[in-house]
Amino acid sequence: MSDMDEMDDGSGIVKKFMFLNRKAPHGTVYALEGLEVVLITAAFDQDVSMVFTDDGVFQLMKGIDSKGIEVKDFSKTYRALEGYDIEKLYVDQASMDARGLTEDDLIVDVTVLSVDEMANLMAEQDVVISF
Amino acid sequence: MLHIVNKSATERSSLDSCLRMATKGSAVLLIEDAVYAATNGNTAAAKIQAAAADLKIYALGPDLAARGMAGRVLDGVNVVDYGGFVDLVAEHSNCQSWL
Repeated sequence: MSDMDEMDDGSGIVKKFMFLNRKAPHGTVYALEGLEVVLITAAFDQDVSMVFTDDGVFQLMKGIDSKGIEVKDFSKTYRALEGYDIEKLYVDQASMDARGLTEDDLIVDVTVLSVDEMANLMAEQDVVISF
Repeated sequence: MLHIVNKSATERSSLDSCLRMATKGSAVLLIEDAVYAATNGNTAAAKIQAAAADLKIYALGPDLAARGMAGRVLDGVNVVDYGGFVDLVAEHSNCQSWL
């Protein structure tokens, strides 16, 4: 019984989780795996931020057609994140600029952050998980 | 010679290494994450455009489409399908993959 009580006590803790995505989709499995882990985390009612920097911003491109390379198009799944109460999506301005991208090129609404803002967001997390 | 690059130029140095070694008249085929280098606005675009003066630059169409990049290809880059990939390999006496 005391074990159960301890578990119940623990279940109420909400930590700030940042999922940091830095890889392009398809070339490696990181993007897809990261997305699946985020969806699992959502089930535990944690404070989740999903961040896209470097080549990770490519994950959110509109107009993906992956039939030709015969892999799953998981880009639509980013649109479903809202339904799992994951609404904090951030992209790095400098990473977008270096790749010629603007918010209009992305499949979901995001908050664009400067390097300083991104650094502060990272610093305030309890847990950062990198993909 | 046919040079094949499959890594993103904004993550790895493979493209730089390739362009440093590729001799005049050689072909460079960008596949997988390397195709981003052949798109407008990418920081690697200038390298590709400069290289296109001496090299033939190709990018694999299905990999561009899978990344939402089909409509953003740089002028001077030839988009090929898998059949074109095979033709390039057959046309060249040797090839080097920059893994």
